[in-house]
Amino acid sequence: MRTNELQAIYIMWLRQMKRFLRFKTRLATMVIQPLFFFLLLGSGFRQAVMPGLEGGYIDFLAPGIVAMAILFSSMFTGVSVLWDKQFGFLQEVLVAPVSRFSIIIGRTIGGATTALIQGFIILFIAIILGIKISSGAGLILTIVFMLLLSFTAVGFGLIIASKMNDFQSFSLIMNLIIMPLLFLSSAFFPVTQDKTLQTIAYFNPLFYMIDGLRGSLIGKSNVFPPLIDLIVVCIICIIMLTLGSYLFSKSEV
Amino acid sequence: MDIIITYGLTKKFGDLTAVNNLSFNVKKGEIFGFLGPNGAGKTTTIKMLTTLLNPTSGTATIAGFDIIKQRDEVRKNIGVVFQEPALDVELTGKENLEYHARMYGLSRDKRKKRINDVLELVNLWDKRDVLVKNYSGGMKRRLEIARGLMHYPVVLFLDEPTLGLDAQTRRAIWAYIKKMNKEEGTTIFLTTHYMEEAEYLCNRVGIIDYGKLLVIDDISNLKNSVGKDVITLSCTDADRFVKILENEKWVEKIKRHEGLVTFGVEKGDEKIPEIIEIARKQDIKIKSISVRKPTLDDVFLSYTGRTIRDEEGQVSSKGRLSLRFRGGR
Repeated sequence: MRTNELQAIYIMWLRQMKRFLRFKTRLATMVIQPLFFFLLLGSGFRQAVMPGLEGGYIDFLAPGIVAMAILFSSMFTGVSVLWDKQFGFLQEVLVAPVSRFSIIIGRTIGGATTALIQGFIILFIAIILGIKISSGAGLILTIVFMLLLSFTAVGFGLIIASKMNDFQSFSLIMNLIIMPLLFLSSAFFPVTQDKTLQTIAYFNPLFYMIDGLRGSLIGKSNVFPPLIDLIVVCIICIIMLTLGSYLFSKSEV
Repeated sequence: MDIIITYGLTKKFGDLTAVNNLSFNVKKGEIFGFLGPNGAGKTTTIKMLTTLLNPTSGTATIAGFDIIKQRDEVRKNIGVVFQEPALDVELTGKENLEYHARMYGLSRDKRKKRINDVLELVNLWDKRDVLVKNYSGGMKRRLEIARGLMHYPVVLFLDEPTLGLDAQTRRAIWAYIKKMNKEEGTTIFLTTHYMEEAEYLCNRVGIIDYGKLLVIDDISNLKNSVGKDVITLSCTDADRFVKILENEKWVEKIKRHEGLVTFGVEKGDEKIPEIIEIARKQDIKIKSISVRKPTLDDVFLSYTGRTIRDEEGQVSSKGRLSLRFRGGR
């Protein structure tokens, strides 16, 4: 790869970091929202007993909330292409002598970095609140899952951004697709308590990500061994990123 | 030497032919203006020349590189200032320029020097660390022009550079455009629907309407083609009067437009008494008459039968673009 392209990837990453860190309110909302979910659900269901739930509910919930934070933040990055389109900045990006591939890489890495920062903040708070981590190796695998989840969500965001031209559709997608998927992914409650729920979950990409995250971080209450989840998640990630990049590279200004 | 050459450039959107078979050349170092009403196909042409849109047929070369086959080389050689602002408003002016410099692969030393240079050129050095969202419209435009120049482009494309700006800011932008054309030797391709802008800035203009290039020439030649002077008059029984005047051999390119009769003559001041005399003999009453030097608007009128100002009126009366026309006139 030419140094020119690396420079471009770097500056695209830097731009996103600057935007991310500069606007404290946006940063705060993106951390506070999952934190609310964590603290409120966590205290409300602290005593809950459910089939498929081993150990405390807080332990169960933590990976789900980490995933949620990363999912929202990464999707936001993907969809922010729409903002750039609306504000005209995308033209400036596309007219530069840089391949579309590098543009996507830069944006994906930038989005993943900001999403991981948020994921780690949640994780850190969860650890302070006393969740039990399975092992050091598990923690490393957790980070791999976080990264893959982030890439996948950026890819999904890019797909949405290439196919739509306004922000209303974005909130529609968030509410009608992402929220149900999230609820059916075992992020907030185990899906093994009900046969139908479980069958639906097997068709839900998010389920494998959260199950894998849970298996590696907590080592309890997971359905599949983390490595099986990892394979599935890798495949989903590649499909989403490829499709997202393809659609983005086809889009004209 | 010709820096831009287009060969039958055409763009269709479904049934609509936005740009129809354009073939023209732009010379190195000149300020070339593409003049036409809104929707004439100016922006589409720029988007094709800057590799953002693929032509339906035909092609073009910029600095010898083909806009379809050698996109990267073309992109390296051009700077673009789009019609709509294309800045990241959540970054500062300087950061926007840094972003651009890296995207174009400028080395560290060059980057630093060049950012200073262009910021000085457009008088934004003091504002370099202010977030762009706090810039005024004119400042944003200046920053974009500065950015377009950062990487020493051979050709700078300016799509309606002063749209929506007040008269004073417009003057300032014009001065910057002239300055960089002179100091950096950059060839400038600009589109505009402001006659004054084209007249003030350009060496040559092409007039485009409904996607077709009607004429391309030096401004002075275009103006001479309508006549040395232009006479505009309103009178009773205009149809008959036009027929009478058409038979006079010193009357050139006579047109009727919104109840006014416009035509070109030589030595207009001396012709006025003659015209009044003709009218009196035919019992036609002249209500008003004026003589002036021809403008590009007269050239446009002679080629299309309407003025660009009509077009503006129509568009803004639809309310679609009314905001853009708030300043400047």
